[in-house]
Parts: sequence; C-alpha cells; structure tokens
Amino acid sequence: MRYYPYFVAGWLLLIGCFGIVRSRNLVHAVVSLAVAQAGTYVLLLSVGYQRGATAPVFGSTQKPNLNVVDPVVQALTLTDIVVSATVTALLLALAMQIAKRHGTVDPDQLSTLEG
Amino acid sequence: MTRASRYLLFFVGGGLVVVLYVWGVVGLPTFGSTHHPYRDRAVSASVAHQTANVVSSVNFDQRSLDTLGEESIFFASVIGAAALLRPSKQEREASEAGSGGGGHVMASTRFIGYVVFPLTLLVGFDVVAHGHLTPGGGFQGGVILATGLHVMYVSGKYEALRKLRPVTAFEHGEVVGALAFAGLGFAGVGVSGSFLANVLPFGSLGSFLSSGAVEVLNVAVGVEITCGVIVLLSHFFEQAMEFGHGKAAKR
Amino acid sequence: MPFSSGVANLLPVIVVVPIAMAALMVSIGPYVPRVLTDVMATMTAAGVAALAAVVAANTEGHRGRVVSWLAGWKPTKGGSSVGLVLVGDRMSAGLAVLIAVLMALAMLFGWKYFDDIGGHFHPLMLMFLAGMEGFALSGDIFNMFVFFELMGAAAYALTGFKTEDPSSLQGSLNFGVINSLGAYFSLTGIGILYAVTGNLQLPLLAKSVDEHGLSALVVLAFVFIMAGFLVKAAMVPLHFWLADAHAVAPTPVCVLFSGVMVELGVYGVARVYWVVFEGAIPHHAIRGAFVVLGTLTAVVGSVMCFCQRHVKRLLAYSTVGHVGLFLVAFAMLDDGGTAGAALYVLGHAGAKSALFLLAGIVLNRYGSVDEKELFGRGKQARFLPWLWVLGGLALAACPPFGTGLGKDIAESATLKAGYEWLPALFVLVSAVTAGAVLRAALRIYFGLGDRPAELSQSESTSGSEEEPEVGGTLAKVPLTMQIPIVVLLGGSLALGVAPGLAEAVGKAAHEFIDRGGYASQAVTNTAGAPLPHVPDMHWTTLGVVLGLASAALAVGFAFLALYAQRFPAAIRRGAATLGGPLRVVRRAHSGHIGDYVAWLLVGLALLGALVGVPVR
Repeated sequence: MRYYPYFVAGWLLLIGCFGIVRSRNLVHAVVSLAVAQAGTYVLLLSVGYQRGATAPVFGSTQKPNLNVVDPVVQALTLTDIVVSATVTALLLALAMQIAKRHGTVDPDQLSTLEG
Repeated sequence: MTRASRYLLFFVGGGLVVVLYVWGVVGLPTFGSTHHPYRDRAVSASVAHQTANVVSSVNFDQRSLDTLGEESIFFASVIGAAALLRPSKQEREASEAGSGGGGHVMASTRFIGYVVFPLTLLVGFDVVAHGHLTPGGGFQGGVILATGLHVMYVSGKYEALRKLRPVTAFEHGEVVGALAFAGLGFAGVGVSGSFLANVLPFGSLGSFLSSGAVEVLNVAVGVEITCGVIVLLSHFFEQAMEFGHGKAAKR
Repeated sequence: MPFSSGVANLLPVIVVVPIAMAALMVSIGPYVPRVLTDVMATMTAAGVAALAAVVAANTEGHRGRVVSWLAGWKPTKGGSSVGLVLVGDRMSAGLAVLIAVLMALAMLFGWKYFDDIGGHFHPLMLMFLAGMEGFALSGDIFNMFVFFELMGAAAYALTGFKTEDPSSLQGSLNFGVINSLGAYFSLTGIGILYAVTGNLQLPLLAKSVDEHGLSALVVLAFVFIMAGFLVKAAMVPLHFWLADAHAVAPTPVCVLFSGVMVELGVYGVARVYWVVFEGAIPHHAIRGAFVVLGTLTAVVGSVMCFCQRHVKRLLAYSTVGHVGLFLVAFAMLDDGGTAGAALYVLGHAGAKSALFLLAGIVLNRYGSVDEKELFGRGKQARFLPWLWVLGGLALAACPPFGTGLGKDIAESATLKAGYEWLPALFVLVSAVTAGAVLRAALRIYFGLGDRPAELSQSESTSGSEEEPEVGGTLAKVPLTMQIPIVVLLGGSLALGVAPGLAEAVGKAAHEFIDRGGYASQAVTNTAGAPLPHVPDMHWTTLGVVLGLASAALAVGFAFLALYAQRFPAAIRRGAATLGGPLRVVRRAHSGHIGDYVAWLLVGLALLGALVGVPVR
C-alpha cells in the first residue's frame, strides 16, 4: 500500500500508450491519450494525500488548520483536467474532419504522409 | 512498419521505461505521509488573505498566472475547434436552412428535462458563486451550467437547443470573461504594482464577501467557461447535424 | 523595490497582452475589414517585441536578470514562496525578442499571402505567441508546462488549418497526439519531483534537488521531464511529427515552428538541466547521453533531408539535423558550447524562416512544392533564386553568416572538451542539409541537372497535392512578402558580422550556466559570486576554414545529386548498396501514430539508459 497508487498511475500511463500503439480507430487513440493523462491525475493526487487529514476547504464553519491534504496538487490537477478536456476536443474535431475527408479513421489506412 | 515490429518496439521500450519508473518511484515518500511543506505555506497564505477554500486561493491568488494560462488554453482550443470544424464553401451552400425534425422523445424524458434544467442551472450558479468558500469554482460551475443548457437537447429536439443558444452572444460572453481576467491582472499592476495582485478588500474568513479578487476572478472564469463550452459544443453539433454524416443518422 | 519594479512588471505584460488582443479580435474580428485585423495582429506582435527588447536592454541594469514574483508573493526570509516567478535573464529576454520578431514578420508575410483566412487565424497566432513567450520567460516548472500546452493547443489548430487538405488533418493529429503524450510524461516527472522537494519554482527546486542528491528517483524525474521538451525539440526518435506538421501547416506557421518553437524545446532542456538538475546529475552522464542522441538526431535528420522531394519536408528534416547539432553543442556543458548553440539557433532562425517563406512563394506561384515536378519552372524569376542561394549558404554555415560564427564557437568548445570528431559532424550535417536546399533551388529556378526520370510515386511524400494557400496566383511578389525574407537573411548575416550582437550572446550564455546566480538572485535578490571570463566570440581561422569547407561541400553535394545519372554505372551500383539501410530508415517514417508512440518509449528508454547507467 505504500507505493500502490504510484504504480496505478504508471500503469495508466503505460496502458494509454499501448492503446495508441495498437489502435485501429483514431477516436480510440484520442481516448487512450485521455487515459494516459488520467495516470497523471492519480499521481498528483496521491502525492498530496495524508492519512487522517481532511479536505483543504474550510467553508464557513470549520476552523483553519494544517491537518489537510495538499491543496497545491489539487490545483495542479484542476489545471490538468482543463488541459485534457481542451486537447481532447481539438483532437476529436480533427478526427471528425479526417473521417469526412479520408472516409476512414483507421490509422493503418491513412497513408498520405510517408517518407 | 508492420504491426508486429511496432509491438516489439513498444515492449522493448516500454519494458525499459517500466524498469526505470519502478526503480525511481520507490524513492518517493510513502503514500499518506505527513511531510508536505508547500501545503503548510499555501494554507497559511490562504488564511492570511481570508480565503476559506485553499484550492481556490492557490488557483486564483497564489498561482494565478497558471490559471490565466489554463483558461487561455481553453480559449485557444475553442477558437481552434471553430477553425477546424468550419464548414467549407460547398457545405455551406449545400446545407438546408433547418436541420429537420429529430426522433421521438418520450413524454417522461421531456418531463424530467423540464425539472432538471432549472435545477442544474441553479446548482451551477451556486457552485460558481461560492467558489471561494466551498469546493468548486469557476471551471466546475461553468461546465455544469453549459451542460445544463444541453439538457434541452437531450430531452427535446436540436431545434429547441438552437433557439436557446445564440452562438454569437455566447462568443462575446466568452471574450468578456477572458478580458475580465486579464483586466483584473492589469488592475493589480495599477493599484499595487504587481500583476494579478489581490487588490480587492479581503473581508472576513468564511463570509460570502471575502477573499478579495478570488471571487471576482472565479465569476469571470465561470462566465468564460460556460460560454466557451456552449460555443465549442455548438460547432460539433453543427458539423454532425447540419453537414456531413449526421444528416443520415439524426436522432 | 526590485521585485516589482516597472521593468519587472513588463514580464507578465508581455505574456498577457497577446492573450487579451486575441480575445478582443475574436469579438470584433467579424465586423472590421481584413486590413484592420492584419494591422492589429502585426502591431500586437511588434509591440510585444518592443516590450521584450526593453526588458533585454534593462537586464544590464538589473545585474543580468529581471525577476518578477507575481501578485506580490515575494520570497520570505527563509527563502520560500507560494507564488510564481518570471525570470528575464539575457537568454530568455533575447528569446522573447526573437519569438515576437518572427511572429511579426510571419504575420506581415501573411497580409497578401492569404486570400481569405476568416476570423480564426490571427487570434490563434496571438495565442501561440503568448504560449511561447510564457514558456521562455517562466521560472516555475509547472508554469512552463501550462504555457507548453498553450503553445501546443494553438499549434495543433494552426497545423490543421487547411481543413480541406486531408494530409493536413492527419499531420495535425499526429503532432497533437505525440506532443501531448510527451507533455503528460513531463507532468508525471514534475509530480514526482514535487513529491520529494515540495517546490515548483525553479530557483527553489535548485536548492531542494541539491539537498536530495543523486538517486534513481532524480534520474527518473529528469528523464520524464525531458520527454516533453525533447518531443518539442524533435530529437530522434521523438522527431517523426515534425516533418508531418511542417509539410501541411500554412507557411507563416512553419516559419514559427522551425524558427523558434522547436528551439524552445532545446531551451527547455538546457534551462531545466542547468537550474534544477546540474547539482545532482554529474556532467559526464549528461554529456555522454546528449552527444550520442544529438549525433543520432543530426545524422538521421540530414540523411532524411537529402532524400526528400517535398520542399517543405526537406526543410523540416534539415531542422531536425540542426537540432542535433544544437544538442551536441549544449552537451559540452560549458559557456562556449552554450554560446555557440545560442548563436547558431539565432542564425538558423533567420535562414530557415527565410527559406520557408520562399517555399511558400513557390507553392503559391506554381501550385506545388515537389522539387521534381517543379523542374525548371522558375527560370524567369530574377530576384528570388539568389535569395534561395543565400539562404542555402547561410544554412551551410558559410562565413560571414551568423550560423557560421555559431558553428565556429561550438566547434571550438567541442575541441576543448576532447571530441575531435565532432567538428567533422558539424561540417557534414550543415553541408548535407544545405546541399539539399541548393539542389532544390538549382533545379527549380535554374533548371540545372538532368531531367528527373520518373515522376511516379516513390517512397516519399510528393509535394504535388499541396493546396495553394492563396486563391489566385500573384503576378508579382508583393513588398510585404519580400521584406520579411530580406530582413531575416539580413539578420542572419548581421549576427556574424556585427561585433556587439555576438558579444551579447556570449554574455547571455555565460550567465545561463550560472545556476548559483539564478537561484540567489531570484530568491534573495543578492548577486551571486562574480563570474570568470566570458567566452571569446570572435571568428577563428579554423572556424572560417571549416565554414567555407561546408559551403563548398554543400555546393558539391547539390551538383552530385543533380547530375547523378551521368556517373559511371560502377559508382552508381556502389551507391545503391546504401539503399538498403536507407530504405529501412525511410520506411520507419510511416505517418502512423502508433509507430510514433512506440518510438517515443524507445527514445525515453534510451535516454534513461544513457543517463542512468553511468551513474549507477
């Protein structure tokens, strides 16, 4: 349990890469990229965790204290999620247009950029 | 390259990377450790600026240029998707004025839509407005608001969504949000000599009017994200429903 | 107060003004005439260039580095801070000027070049400018990641801008996937580094990593963080995306890609190594790793360059070859190598950008960028062919161009470090890449050489399906298109000739490797220990000789390729034996995204082995 979340993060990154390597459909490849990024969320959040600590949000009633999980990595993860959503949107737009112009979304059959 | 050689390359390269990763990662502090120096500094700084949600303080007060960069990435992607999905001349000429009907929607779905739509909008506004006190903020609330609007599409017709969604107005709204953020940054220079400085009064911790500029930046980001997501989805809808394959496979 | 002085506030303004202007143009763009949007965008870029020049001029008065801790979060007495820092030292301020100048010239070229670009091109270019400026000026590693992604998002959309061209969409998607994947590896590395140090700002990380010392974790963090920067820098085998993206992006965008975006990857590698990791990872490991990888990159890039018939892909592979040389020069890990690399980057930016603009003119006038198809088409042109030749000579690092001076200084650094064979690599790579450019120019504009036998499809991408970017062809090349080319070539020449410019680069490089000064000035605003001598930035006899030799070799290679059919059969058969391995290398460049990702992992494994094994 001491390093288990870090291995999960690494596994997600690796399996996302593998998804792109074996992909037969560009939409699948784009989503595999999102899976790879999910690995970074897991890593960041697990780096910030502290056993027995509460959330770093004090609301209107709780007294501020230092026994909270790391808020900085949560802010970094938030930025990361927005980046992921926007990059996924751009790549899906490209995949849509490729489907229209090439008639296929299979990377094996797209061959205009060889050499 | 053949599929087999690609897999071989992947397993060789990936295998070595895994070895490096495992070897390195066991040097990390164990999961759940108590040593987080940046957290200590961030919480103190947040309390000093009377912000109850420390994550919002980090995002909008302490590391605000990161957030400005992040919303610019979002803005650039909306423009980029608009550019990539823009209809060609033939498509514009060939598309008819309306995209036609749509499938049959069950009465129960329509009813739930009418109930869920205002509730979602309410929750979205609340999440944006209380970003400095409770979990949430501009980004999260903005996405809730934008998807709330699209409940109209799920529970009804595409035409209903189109009527509720004047794209140009939302494009201008997005620009207003982005310029508000940048404008507050310049105001920071003007008032206290430092870009994006928190120049509004701090108030008291836990009350609605606290944390200074964090709340205003929150709202600016909320406006930008709401309008931006609506515009982004509108381009995708346009491509799918009005040009190309979508015409045959309409709901 | 020094941390929030007037000039220090210019740093965030440089980054945010393009963002604000881009937003404004999205709103008002549809309602104003095209001329106004062109002028607004170009003036914004020029304004940013002016602001960056002010910062660069003021570095002298700020002890070499203009530091800005944003939002007033200055470091505490204990030397820690929660805020973000932007650092404008001579190198990053100079890069900021280069970025904005190239953007302004590229936009100027676009005035008459594009027929109808709609309301999206200018905002995207301005966002791209903001991303690059932010990346160059940032002093916080996560902030660098954020602006890296901003650069990326704008770049993907700009690459795929010609949506009616199918290969443009595929090139953009390949670029997007591999670049993003590299960035996610970088973010993983950043997270790992944060976990052990608790800092994200570069000057604070310097101290923390030194305290942590060398370990497998530090090597892992280094390799992963470098992944994103090396994908951007197009180091082999992470380089496949570059030719795909350059082949299809609009010409002004290619100018920015090859002129400065790729070089920002090299800058990122150098900056993060010097400030964060230099105290922990010993020099011999990094030097060995990057000499090997740089040489590999230079060889593969130049060989692929010579085999191309698509002129823009040819120029793209020559960029890959030159990046190999920049990495080798950085790998010397001293002020001479860094100064040589920086000067070479500046000279190369001028020459390569001018060549891309010239290729754009060719595409517009003749409707193709296929060298073989365009045989002899340009014989009537009077002025442009000589610009091509000048550009080719600049690329060959011929004296007195700035590229030659940069190569000279880099070669001296490699000799000083004991690598006697590296100058030969420099000469050969510049000669081969420039030879390809000269071959193309001579074939297209002078009609020299044997008529190409078959125009049938070979293994390489032909350039005959490129869609012209302009509606009608231009009868006479307008002034707004000629001026940028002349300015760029002139700038490349001035760097090698004007004494002050080279000296400024030398001082910048010297300060760049002074990590103690960076950390102490950013955190406590005290000057570091005074630096020893600044590198000598003058031409050496050996450098001039080698520069002329590579120019002569370039011309030789060009003529060899043009008249290859006339050689006796025996020689041609001998040359054909090289065809086997060459075909393997070319087939690896398949355009398939799965291949690129597999090679990315192989590249990371290679870097990890080269750095990790010597320090085990």
